[in-house]
Amino acid sequence: MVLDLFKKAEIEPPADIEAASLRSDRFRLEREVDWQRLDNIVTALEKGRPRRISDEDLLDLPVLYRKTASSLAVARETSLDAATLAYLESLVRRAWFQVYGPRIGLLGWLRRFLGGGWSAAVREIWLDICIVLAVMVAGTVVGWLLVDQDERWYYSLVPGGMAGGRAPGADPEMLRESLGTTESASGLGVFAAYLFSNNTGVCIMAFALGFAFGVPTLLLLVYNLALLGAMFWVFQDAGMGLEFAAWLSVHGTTELGAILLSGAAGLHVGRTMAFPGNRTILAAMRSAGVRAAQVMAGCTIMLIVAGLLEGYVRQLVGDSLSRFAIGGAMLTLWVIYFAVVPAPRERET
Amino acid sequence: MNAVSPRAILQADLAKRQRMLVTPEGLSLPLTVGAKGARAGALILDMLILTIGTVAFLILLSAVGFGLFDMGSNPDTNPVLQGLMIVVILFMFLARYGYFLWFELGPRAATPGKRIVGLRVAARDGGRLTAEMVIARNLVRDVEVFLPLFFLLGGGQGAGVAGFAAFVWLMVFVLFPLFNKDALRAGDLVAGTWVVEARQARLKEAMSLAPDRADQYQFGEAELAVYGEHELQVLESVLRQNRPESLREVAEAITNKIGWDLGAGDEREFLEAFYAALRAHLETGMRFGKRKADKYS
Repeated sequence: MVLDLFKKAEIEPPADIEAASLRSDRFRLEREVDWQRLDNIVTALEKGRPRRISDEDLLDLPVLYRKTASSLAVARETSLDAATLAYLESLVRRAWFQVYGPRIGLLGWLRRFLGGGWSAAVREIWLDICIVLAVMVAGTVVGWLLVDQDERWYYSLVPGGMAGGRAPGADPEMLRESLGTTESASGLGVFAAYLFSNNTGVCIMAFALGFAFGVPTLLLLVYNLALLGAMFWVFQDAGMGLEFAAWLSVHGTTELGAILLSGAAGLHVGRTMAFPGNRTILAAMRSAGVRAAQVMAGCTIMLIVAGLLEGYVRQLVGDSLSRFAIGGAMLTLWVIYFAVVPAPRERET
Repeated sequence: MNAVSPRAILQADLAKRQRMLVTPEGLSLPLTVGAKGARAGALILDMLILTIGTVAFLILLSAVGFGLFDMGSNPDTNPVLQGLMIVVILFMFLARYGYFLWFELGPRAATPGKRIVGLRVAARDGGRLTAEMVIARNLVRDVEVFLPLFFLLGGGQGAGVAGFAAFVWLMVFVLFPLFNKDALRAGDLVAGTWVVEARQARLKEAMSLAPDRADQYQFGEAELAVYGEHELQVLESVLRQNRPESLREVAEAITNKIGWDLGAGDEREFLEAFYAALRAHLETGMRFGKRKADKYS
């Protein structure tokens, strides 16, 4: 008895088709079993339990879908039963969403994405990457020049909490210490996780702000890179420019790469909105948005790597040469990946 | 007479949200764009679920964490505590970016909030909803939902002119869906998606299975000609609801109109017979290409 509760309710064939006095009701009763079968399959698919569907049902799914769709077309012209029409419309709509729904799961998508979808998307927005790179370099130079001209600029650029004592004219020993390593790896995991979550937030913002023609994205980048330039000046001033560059390169090549890509993705959307070309704005934005989303999904991966490098490797490896080697290796790795991995072949689905 | 009834307003709103989608079979399938109120409701539900979930999770973790503090170990070197903190940071991150993404990538393409109010995400061009679309629309959500929320909660009001500018700027995103006919938010625009109604309907009983009473109640051509399809469907819903008082009311209205006299207690029988006869009459007309929308046409 208890087992019966868990069994799928059997579809009962309608009692007596001939008993119905209306022709349109007989039409409905004759096809009802097929509709219910389709309904059960669609419900199982919606619940994410395709294993519950028997092989026989699965093989019949396209036929059942077409039958139901044609039932709807016929019923619209011959039946005035509002409840049946509403049911059929909702059923065909649900089935349509499932039959023409995404065929690729999250894992399949990830495989395709890493196997070329990502690098292809990055290559497609090369122009935006160039623009953003130029803006980022300009931002750094501006930050440097401003502080070089007047040290007071430093205080208006760098918020107090972030400076952490790294101000112009600071004690060189203190500065050296801030570039140093920690004794053990304990506590670094938390640091890495925090960095990841924080940096991803910045990247997503850089992308999302691109919606307004890309202007806020560029402003955000200029400001953040000016900050870097100002910081760089402080260390250069204390005669530690090279050490600072090495310290930065460990994670910076990956992290700044991710910020570069997300800024470029945001700019790509904004630029498409301003210059849609021959297509309508909506169509152009849609393809740009989808392309940019792939780049952004990749940025998350880069930021996980950057967080680990920043949290662990940078704090454990102290010597400038090894730091440069790690940073340079990461940079080469990313550039080769983006430049070489071919786009995945389009599958017909 | 009052000018416009609430029901008429609702129907006008519904008609405004109707869109036609042509499936590859060449069948036009009506879609209804989600109402703005329903979407706001779905968002509020999702935020509630998120908040309650986060708070519950943090309470659980802090219960574990306090137990660790009591052990008297140094929090800087306690590996379990560090593990907990990593879990907290990653959980907050996933709650903010992963919740909507995970559910909208599922087979229902709807978050729990959307499911409750009967909505789902769909591709605007009628094609397939891809993972990239869902990712794009949820990345922009950050500016549309979370930043304004943090701004309001975080006391951005005190920031003077800059704060006001930020407020106006964020409001552009928040109010975006109110100013286009498909209620698209900025994320929908970028991703090429929209949010449509996806209610499930159950198949109800066939109407003409009741015993045929065509020999007891015989309606003539003139008596059946007074009503149209709209009245038929109203009658159908009255019969399906099966409330005695409304049955009586409707039966009286009909008998008055066609000049019959009905004994008490026969309302349902009479209405069933009238429904079957009227539907047979109208459907016969349909087969010959004659349709009668309502009693005025």
